[in-house]
Amino acid sequence: MQKLAAQIKDAAKKLLEDKKVDLVVGFAEGSLPLRGTPLFARTPEEAEKLTWSRGCENNLANYLRKREGKVAVVAKGCDARSIVALVKENQINRDNLYIIGVPCTGMIDRKKVEKLLEGREVLAIEDIGDAVVLKGKDFSETVALADLMHNSCLDCRYGNPVLYDELVGELLPEKGEDDFAEIKAFEAKTTAERRAYLAQEFSKCIRCYACRNACPVCYCTECFVDCTTPEWIGKSAADVQDNILFQAVRVFHSAGRCADCGACERACPMGINLRLLTRKLVKDVKELFNAEAGVNLDDKAALASFTADDPEPFLVKE
Amino acid sequence: MIVSKKDLPNFLDKLISEYQVFAPVRKDTFTVFKQICSGKDAVLAAGNTKLPVKELFFPQSEKLYSYSVTEAGAKLEATLDDQQKIVFGVRPCDAKSLVLLDHVFNNDKYQDPYYLTRRENTILVGIGCNSPASTCFCTSVNGGPFDTNGLDILLVDTGDAYVVEVVSDKGKALAEKAGFAAASDADQAAAAKAKEDAVVTCQVNLDGLKAKLDVNFYDPIWDKIHEKCLGCGACTYLCPTCHCFDIVDDAVDCNGCRVRNWDSCAFPLFTLHGSGHNPRTSNKERYRNRIMHKFKYFVDNNNEIACVGCGRCIKNCPVNMDIRVVLEDVRGSEARLDS
Ligand code: SF4
Ligand code: SF4
Ligand code: SF4
Ligand code: SF4
Ligand code: SF4
Repeated sequence: MQKLAAQIKDAAKKLLEDKKVDLVVGFAEGSLPLRGTPLFARTPEEAEKLTWSRGCENNLANYLRKREGKVAVVAKGCDARSIVALVKENQINRDNLYIIGVPCTGMIDRKKVEKLLEGREVLAIEDIGDAVVLKGKDFSETVALADLMHNSCLDCRYGNPVLYDELVGELLPEKGEDDFAEIKAFEAKTTAERRAYLAQEFSKCIRCYACRNACPVCYCTECFVDCTTPEWIGKSAADVQDNILFQAVRVFHSAGRCADCGACERACPMGINLRLLTRKLVKDVKELFNAEAGVNLDDKAALASFTADDPEPFLVKE
Repeated sequence: MIVSKKDLPNFLDKLISEYQVFAPVRKDTFTVFKQICSGKDAVLAAGNTKLPVKELFFPQSEKLYSYSVTEAGAKLEATLDDQQKIVFGVRPCDAKSLVLLDHVFNNDKYQDPYYLTRRENTILVGIGCNSPASTCFCTSVNGGPFDTNGLDILLVDTGDAYVVEVVSDKGKALAEKAGFAAASDADQAAAAKAKEDAVVTCQVNLDGLKAKLDVNFYDPIWDKIHEKCLGCGACTYLCPTCHCFDIVDDAVDCNGCRVRNWDSCAFPLFTLHGSGHNPRTSNKERYRNRIMHKFKYFVDNNNEIACVGCGRCIKNCPVNMDIRVVLEDVRGSEARLDS
């Protein structure tokens, strides 16, 4: 990790010194244990702060839409997929973006750490390779990395960035296919069970919209939830049905565009299982259209294209 | 006075028969204030609740009144929540937040009946913080882990029992009714020791901050500070002192309710005028407002900082926008008295 951090720093400083880019978007060390925080470096001195750790969990593609000037970004696997999706949607001009790709083996989920420690506060997290040491006032616990990683990282098949101008670190071995086991299990439940689970989960929602705002592909100038004339959806968080409706529309709007980066779920302060919904759509898009968002620049976005031999006859009128 | 931890559930059960009792209860990995039906459900040891205590007085969504319009005319119906309540297990920072919110909902120009009715009918039983979290900075904003400001009773955890400190008349009446045992000198000493041992490690230096905010509205520092902020509502909704709201009608045809919902200065709709003009056009202006409101405007208006140092915004911001760091950046920025 430290080696990667040094390489990222060097790459960024060089780009800024050579005036190849005006801005590098990456991560600096944050203020909490093992927490990376987005950094916007415009000078080689500012780039000194760049780092890399298992706390660099935010999807930086979110900061790249409609940028002026030449920009470089530090992109792990999911950031790169979202970048590809956004290039296809003309939100990012590929010619003005320089991608410093970082193969990623997974980020740590702070909520899992919290759950494991049951109320004890973690004051430092040490990364020791395939495990981490959680340290607090009167304790020190070593936990396997796999037990603390974000679920999205455990499911991720694209740790290697799909697109980059420069790679730091080594490419990782490919992983097997995603089996969507938890989505299949949920699909197998009865309607009543599914409804009960969603109602329980979304009773926690406070409608802070962190999920929407953290998502790189959620970028409408006016979101349907904010629109007041007409008012498509109730504004009150007390109504669980409205909370669910918000999510249902959100995930449909990002269907075929969502790279399963998990940024929405990571952002949610209430710990809501948002990937249950986003991944249902990822799975459907894969099954119905044989498509995955942002895996290469060539594929047309699944829901933004049609063919004359589409099996659904409504598209093509004889 | 003193109440043993063993007897506490019984004590709460007795209260439940007379009052609506709210206390922190566990929900997944965190706790939230909920009305309890059994004293056993109260979780006092888990630090601060996810959502601040303000939601019990100023709910996220509150029906102000319902209305119906018929040919005979319009009918309005408003109900005030005047239930007798006890909120149990309030942390000193949250208690102080209510004192700050009182300025907003009860001042010369405006008295909010919904908030005030709840405030008047509620007794606040606080619990001191024996182990403040690393993100707590109450002592930097005129608070402290055993501060009694805003409370009626403060409990001090001494291991097997809570030493009961009466703060107000309301608290006195409740304590007398409860018939707590007298605390021995040893108990008092244990309470004093707990207070002494509770160290708030995090200090935020606010020297000169206000003077800087008085003049730096146009400072270029604001162009940088907000950059990573996503403009979500996590920090404001979870903040015990944030109090902005929006009023909407939930209506079908001629029947509906007027509802007051929490709002946040982080949102693009905040201060969007009917004309389409918005004085806070971008995230920069909105984030600046959050800092300005808490550390300048509120101070100008009420002579108090609108932050109680609870650390919720620090822990819950999805991009680790840490208010302590932001304040230090603002404070450390060159003063631009000309701007
Ligand atoms: S919906 Fe969630 S998982 Fe999908 S792209 Fe957006 S943030 Fe990522
Ligand atoms: S981030 Fe979580 S709490 Fe906030 S609106 Fe989204 S689902 Fe609701
Ligand atoms: S500071 Fe953090 S929590 Fe607050 S609006 Fe910005 S991103 Fe959201
Ligand atoms: S600004 Fe942050 S630390 Fe201060 S009272 Fe609000 S949530 Fe707590
Ligand atoms: S900081 Fe923003 S949301 Fe909070 S009270 Fe002030 S203006 Fe309202």
